[in-house]
Amino acid sequence: MKLFAIPALLLAAGLVSMPAQAKLKVFACEPEWGSLVGELAGDKVDVDVGTSALQDVHQIEAKPSLIAKVRSADLIVCTGAELEVGWLPQLIRQSGNAKIASGAGSFMAAAQVKTLEKPSALDRANGDVHPDGNPHIQMDPRRVLIVARTLDARLAQLDPANAAVYQQRLADFSKRWLAAMTRWKAQAASLKGRKVVVHHISWVYLWDWLGMQQIGALEPKPGVPPTSAHLSSLIALTKSSGTLAIVRAAYQDPKPAEWLSERTGVPAVSLPLTVGGDAQSKDLFGLFDSTISKLLGAAK
Amino acid sequence: MRNSLLGLCLLSALAAPTHAAQPSPPTADDPRMEALETRIQALEANANSLSQQAAQAVAEARAARAELNALKGGAPVVAGQPDATAPTTDAAELDALAASPDEVAASAADSALAAPTGGDAGGSNANAFNPAISIILNGSYSHHSLDPDAYVRAGFPLAGEAGPSADGLSLGESELSFAANIDDKLYGQLTLAVESEDGEDHLGVEEAFIDTTSLPAGFSLRAGRFFSNIGYLNSHHAHTDNFFDRPLPYQAFLGSQYGDDGVQLRWVAPTALFLEFGGEVFRGQNFPSGGAQHDGVGTRTLFAHVGGELGDENSWLAGVSMLKTKAEGADDGFSGDGTLYIADGTWKWAPQGNFKDGGVTLRGEYFLDDRDGTFADPEDPSITSLWDGQRRGAYLEAVYRLNRTWDVGYRYDRLWADDNGPFASDFDPSRHSAELTWRNSEFSLLRLQLSHDQPNADDTDNAITLQYQTSLGAHGAHKF
Repeated sequence: MKLFAIPALLLAAGLVSMPAQAKLKVFACEPEWGSLVGELAGDKVDVDVGTSALQDVHQIEAKPSLIAKVRSADLIVCTGAELEVGWLPQLIRQSGNAKIASGAGSFMAAAQVKTLEKPSALDRANGDVHPDGNPHIQMDPRRVLIVARTLDARLAQLDPANAAVYQQRLADFSKRWLAAMTRWKAQAASLKGRKVVVHHISWVYLWDWLGMQQIGALEPKPGVPPTSAHLSSLIALTKSSGTLAIVRAAYQDPKPAEWLSERTGVPAVSLPLTVGGDAQSKDLFGLFDSTISKLLGAAK
Repeated sequence: MRNSLLGLCLLSALAAPTHAAQPSPPTADDPRMEALETRIQALEANANSLSQQAAQAVAEARAARAELNALKGGAPVVAGQPDATAPTTDAAELDALAASPDEVAASAADSALAAPTGGDAGGSNANAFNPAISIILNGSYSHHSLDPDAYVRAGFPLAGEAGPSADGLSLGESELSFAANIDDKLYGQLTLAVESEDGEDHLGVEEAFIDTTSLPAGFSLRAGRFFSNIGYLNSHHAHTDNFFDRPLPYQAFLGSQYGDDGVQLRWVAPTALFLEFGGEVFRGQNFPSGGAQHDGVGTRTLFAHVGGELGDENSWLAGVSMLKTKAEGADDGFSGDGTLYIADGTWKWAPQGNFKDGGVTLRGEYFLDDRDGTFADPEDPSITSLWDGQRRGAYLEAVYRLNRTWDVGYRYDRLWADDNGPFASDFDPSRHSAELTWRNSEFSLLRLQLSHDQPNADDTDNAITLQYQTSLGAHGAHKF
């Protein structure tokens, strides 16, 4: 009997010293959702972010390091709407993690909101079209707030012990976010009705919110790299429309935008698109502060 | 209101985590209630001071009370619930942008695993659950300086799909693949391959397997016909390769690619480093096995892969694998015990981690093949001899991706023959290949490959190949 006493004691000690509950592990596909989880959960969860603002999230490799991160996640927070179709399914299947394969452990932000640009016809001759609509919803603060609410409910569902904390942090975030939205809208009042040329159709939700107008894209078709013939065809349009700016994301090749800028005199502007896209975009608030101030800078 | 408070207190007492320390105000200890009470107070004050907005504020206060009541019932906050704190953004505006409950339900049911069909959500469309279908169309033109029919590889018989491609125009291998979640616990995939051989078309089942999606602790089980997970290239479909054909050791030891009917168990460790272990048992019908020995479980494999990253720009993957088989009358005339050891390594570098826009991929694999048995000539079974010896093979390839459109690559592959046994040879075959690939999109490419092959001491085969490869239908997700 004594033989078992020591292991039993060790086991008991081990059980007692173990934390009551391990922290919820969250894998965010993109920095904006990592930042949102941070706002809603603070230090109650561990967040791994799979990609950076300098990467094109349409085109990520299913790297071993990402499989390892997804393997230990309790919740994945991704954009969905096929933005990650080229890599996320592979990560999920290779990780063997049943928790996040479907159900409560899988949170797709774009599924929580109404998307724009849902194609009426699906044909790859039109480029990289997404059947569920344009997935770049993070540039609309209204939609971010909706995502925050449903994401918060999901966090509370998976981690009921901290539900009260999530609730409180959501209330706090909503308050600060709504105040910031009022400020941004006021700052951006002069941008209403202004026209922009974009590299990729990454900001349709921002234009929708601010009442701006996208008149052209450097990519001849979504996902198809700019060609010189297509860029040439944009010169007249860009010049004649009183265009505010030629806009690209931090990860996109600056050359096409600069080429068109030189020939039209319209400033080329690099916008962060997600958290970490420039020095000011340290969180979601900084992302919009920076985006709006850069657009206003182009208007001067 | 008293009932609500009572309920909330009760709920918070039940839900309060032991370690969620928080200051206890005299009236209540639930921050949710506190927050909501504050919000209601703010709204009521707002209603008083702004008389022209009074009606709206009262409505919002009412909504907040409803939220409080919902909390009392333990219901989570759901999308579209009016937010009482919205001073400028109309709650209705947010409601209009939120996905309707129907849409959320539909997309939740559609797991990230299955490629969506693109049909209307809901509805009673019989095709709504059709699997993701993708088709690989492939074709090539090759010209060899040495007649492919006269091609002899010293020390290595051409078993399975080994050997040079046919001269002239050919279809290559075109694939049709179906994949979908079967239910909440299983995923299934069927890949049919169309091949043309001597003017005859063959439709073959290349892969047909089911995967579990719900085993705990990082385990997954696969059953059916599939490509073994040994080495690096073996589990990859040929259309994801950087070169037109498989490297020499794959041709010599695995007949280009080993697939069979079997079962696979795989486990991914819960570590920061990617660590994967697994094993398979196969029927043992296909080369390098044959004759489905041991009552139809003639081949066993073990594999381990480890991988990680150094910053955002560098990723690596390495592995060791072993395949053990008992063969009877394999394609190369072998009967007996065969063991194949493989070591593989891949390193990729890309500026900022944008692998499709530039960077370098380096890959190498090393093979050791050990035979202990007998040889009977497949052409004339009366010719027999002992076959006991080792052969080796290796390849190294480097691909430089210039941009999203172009890549250029070089590969050196070679084999080391055995100086004893039925295929004794003093000469070791080797080959140099160079490729240039142009991609119109991620769905189509055109590839030019030049190769200089010395299959035996007397012959040299210089070949040029132009290949197109396209993928249509569901958007594939490829392995690293």
